[in-house]
Amino acid sequence: MAIEQAVPGVLDGTALRADFPMFDRPHRSGMALSFQDSAASSPKPRAVIDAVSDTYGHHYANVHRGIYELSEDATARFEGARRSLARFIGAPSEREIIFVRNATEAINLVAYSWGRTNLATGDLILSTEMEHHANLVPWQQLAAATGATLEFVRITDDGRLDLDDMRERLARGPKLVAISQVSNSLGTINPVVEVTRMAHEAGALVLLDAAQSVPHMPVDIVALDVDFLALSGHKMMGPSGIGALWGRRALLDAMPPFMTGGSMITRVSLEGTEWNEVPWKFEAGTPAIAEAAGLGAAVDYLEALGMPNVRAHERFLFERAWSALSAMTGVRLLGPSDPEQHAGVISFVVEGIHPHDVSTVFDGLGVAVRAGNHCAQPVMLRYDLPATTRASFYVYNDLDDVRRLVEAIQAAQKLFGTV
Amino acid sequence: MDNLYRDFILEHYRNPHNSGVLDPHDLHFADSNPTCGDEMSMTLRLDEAKERVTEVAFDGRGCAISQASASILTDELVGKTLQELKALDPREVVENLGVPIGPARLKCALLSYKVLLGAVVGVEARWPDETDMLTGAAEGGASP
Repeated sequence: MAIEQAVPGVLDGTALRADFPMFDRPHRSGMALSFQDSAASSPKPRAVIDAVSDTYGHHYANVHRGIYELSEDATARFEGARRSLARFIGAPSEREIIFVRNATEAINLVAYSWGRTNLATGDLILSTEMEHHANLVPWQQLAAATGATLEFVRITDDGRLDLDDMRERLARGPKLVAISQVSNSLGTINPVVEVTRMAHEAGALVLLDAAQSVPHMPVDIVALDVDFLALSGHKMMGPSGIGALWGRRALLDAMPPFMTGGSMITRVSLEGTEWNEVPWKFEAGTPAIAEAAGLGAAVDYLEALGMPNVRAHERFLFERAWSALSAMTGVRLLGPSDPEQHAGVISFVVEGIHPHDVSTVFDGLGVAVRAGNHCAQPVMLRYDLPATTRASFYVYNDLDDVRRLVEAIQAAQKLFGTV
Repeated sequence: MDNLYRDFILEHYRNPHNSGVLDPHDLHFADSNPTCGDEMSMTLRLDEAKERVTEVAFDGRGCAISQASASILTDELVGKTLQELKALDPREVVENLGVPIGPARLKCALLSYKVLLGAVVGVEARWPDETDMLTGAAEGGASP
């Protein structure tokens, strides 16, 4: 199928691939790798790999401890990464950025620390039907531990949040609304500003799972007006093992620690302990020092590209891919068709072929996609599907990847004789 | 990839042998593969001594590999004793597919074996140790 080239992408994906050593790796298909699984985790640019390596090679010591040059150097770099990340997401203060392992840990931190302090029997937690398990299971556990009730805002047949349903549930006065900015399984971009306004009017706090949005679009905490935000480094070109929770300072100050031990204290005696200030109150033990430096380098890389450009590039690829796949026989697309409401993530079903078979055929053609339930089994149940195939784009993708996606679907259909 | 989807695998997938549910039956078990949403159930009838399989059927939905594997495995079961079923080597189940099964698809290839084992020994049936399975089994499977 011909993919129209009339409007060029904003970024040059082909040229950017040179920044990512992973694309040098030969693929067993003999073809160049077409990586379309960035929503699961993204390859790392050389700058990030070098930052991690350089930290271990030349700037490594434990942080916040040693009264010597090397430790001061490591601490300055670690805290510098915190400052970079704060700037990147528009946090009013870097003191509100807590380094954790990933978005999952960030959400668990809130569920344990804020949730178990502030919720009791009869309280309501509101989430949605489109959440990743990371923004679902911690709330189930919190509800079970506190006696609170957990409800889910419905989603429409085309994968959008049902705002009427949300309004009705907000009228029951939930204490917290936990919602993703971008659905990892459907690609839906939720209207966070509107959700936050409605939630705050109803007296609820808002936790935003931004794992799929911060890597791909401008995110400004002040504009979104959320109360907590969770993100993962590994989806935004940073190392695995580092992510962050942002929270309003007043909320964080009032919360008890999540994990306890070294570094999160100011004074310890055998009788008792005083907590350190935020963010360190929430960072027990030696943190992921080199990974933080890598995340800082990822932020620098993305800022140099410009997040509006990243979003525009992915929107361009989304529109081309959506249009090409819509025109194919036997392909069912999930999520909203409006590119304003859809990130560069396309979940689809090839009729008559299981997503795992689709993915295996793709792999034979050098095209890496995700097949499965995308850690969102309730979404699969909502649409009565065992699984879907998911293609997701990032800066190193271009129209050639869209062409190979279409051709791979055609190859699977030919092999299985379904079209 | 083309190695994996040889014609006879696709033939078993499109027209599976021993498909359906036996009612009544002597043994039954159902399980799923949560990573891909595959679901499978198996029903077996035994002879009067309750020792040998006289009939077997499987039912479910899933990928070509899990469905073909169930079709091929169930073809081998009639006439076997329960002891023989318990002693089945999961490596043979994978080898009988006659195509290279890599680590990513091993659970698909073994779902039918696990459901059969569940029917014979009960819920304590566990996934076979995949490290064992892959030793020497995966020509073209794991990438170097």
